[in-house]
Amino acid sequence: MKRYLLPLLIFVVLAGFLAVGLKLNPRELPSPLIDKPAPAFSLPRLDVPAQKLSTQMMSTQEMRGKVWVLNVWASWCGPCRQEHALIAELAKTGAPVVGLNYKDKPADASAWLVELGNPFMTTVSDLEGLVGIDYGVYGVPETFVIDRAGVIRLKHVGPVTPEALRERILPMVRKLGA
Amino acid sequence: MRELVLMLLMACAAALAGAQIAPAHPAPSSYEDPALEARVMAVAEELRCLVCQNETIAASHADLAVDLRKQIRNKLREGQSPQQILDFMAARYGDFVLYRPRLTTGTLLLWAGPFVLLLVAAVALALNIRRRRAALVARDLTPAEAARVRALLDEPSSSTSTAP
Repeated sequence: MKRYLLPLLIFVVLAGFLAVGLKLNPRELPSPLIDKPAPAFSLPRLDVPAQKLSTQMMSTQEMRGKVWVLNVWASWCGPCRQEHALIAELAKTGAPVVGLNYKDKPADASAWLVELGNPFMTTVSDLEGLVGIDYGVYGVPETFVIDRAGVIRLKHVGPVTPEALRERILPMVRKLGA
Repeated sequence: MRELVLMLLMACAAALAGAQIAPAHPAPSSYEDPALEARVMAVAEELRCLVCQNETIAASHADLAVDLRKQIRNKLREGQSPQQILDFMAARYGDFVLYRPRLTTGTLLLWAGPFVLLLVAAVALALNIRRRRAALVARDLTPAEAARVRALLDEPSSSTSTAP
C-alpha cells in the first residue's frame, strides 16, 4: 500500500499543475508596463484636418491630471467592432477614452467611426505602429487605463468583454478617480 | 487488414508531405546590406513573436514581426548593441519575448530545477543502493542446498543439457 503513495502523490501534483495550466490564457501576458509611466507620444489627430496645425497634434502631456483610457483599435480589426459598444459605454460612464488608430488608413478609420459612432474624446493616428510598439501592443484591440500622474495602471489585451468592463476596467477607473 | 494498414500509412505520408509544403524559412525582407541583415536576423532569432508565440521574430510573417525587424534594423544602424535592443523589447513586451530567459527570482526554478531534480535523483539512487547492500547478508547454505549444488557440480558435462 505504501509503495503506491509516492506515485499517487506525484500524479496529484502533476494533475494539479496541468489543471491550472489548462485554465490559463496563453494570450494574456503580464505587461511590464503596469505601474510604469505611459510612453509619451505626440500624434496627429484623426478628426482634425492637417491644415489646422495648432490643434492637429495631440500629446500625452494634455492628459496629465486626468484619469483616462487609451484604446488601441483599427478599422481592419474585427474584434474592435465587437467591443465598440462597450467602449462607448466606458466613455459615457467612466473616463475620457483616447483612440489610438493603429496602422490604419485615416480614411478607413474615419469611415469606421461614422458607421459605428465615435465614442472617443479624440483619435490619433499611429500610421507606422511605432507608438504601438512603445505600448507593447501585440494584439489589437488593447485597452490601457492611465492615472492622473500618467502611469499605466491596467492593460487589457483583446476585445473588452462585459465582464472585463464590469469587473476590471470600470472599478479601476473609479478607484483612480476617487 | 494489410491493405487497411497500408492505406493508413500512405495517408500519414501524404499528411507529412503536405505539412512540409510550408517550411519555416525566415521571412524575406528587402535589404541592400547583407551584413547588417545578418545582424538583424541574429537579434531577431532571440525574440519571440507575440502574435504567433512559438515563432521567433526572424521566422514570423506576422505584421508585428515585420515591424519589429524594422525596429531592430534601425536601432542597429543607430549603433545600438544587440543587448540594448533586447532590453528595449523586454521593457515593452515583457521577459516573455526573450527566448533565453533571464536569471531572476521568477525564473530561478526554471534554471536550477533540472539540477535540483538531478541531485534528488542521485540521492535517491545512493540511498537505494545502500539499502540493498545492507539487505545482502552472507549466510551458509542449508544442507539441502549444499547437496543440490554438489549434485549439479558432480554431474557429467554431457548430461547438463538435459538437467531440469
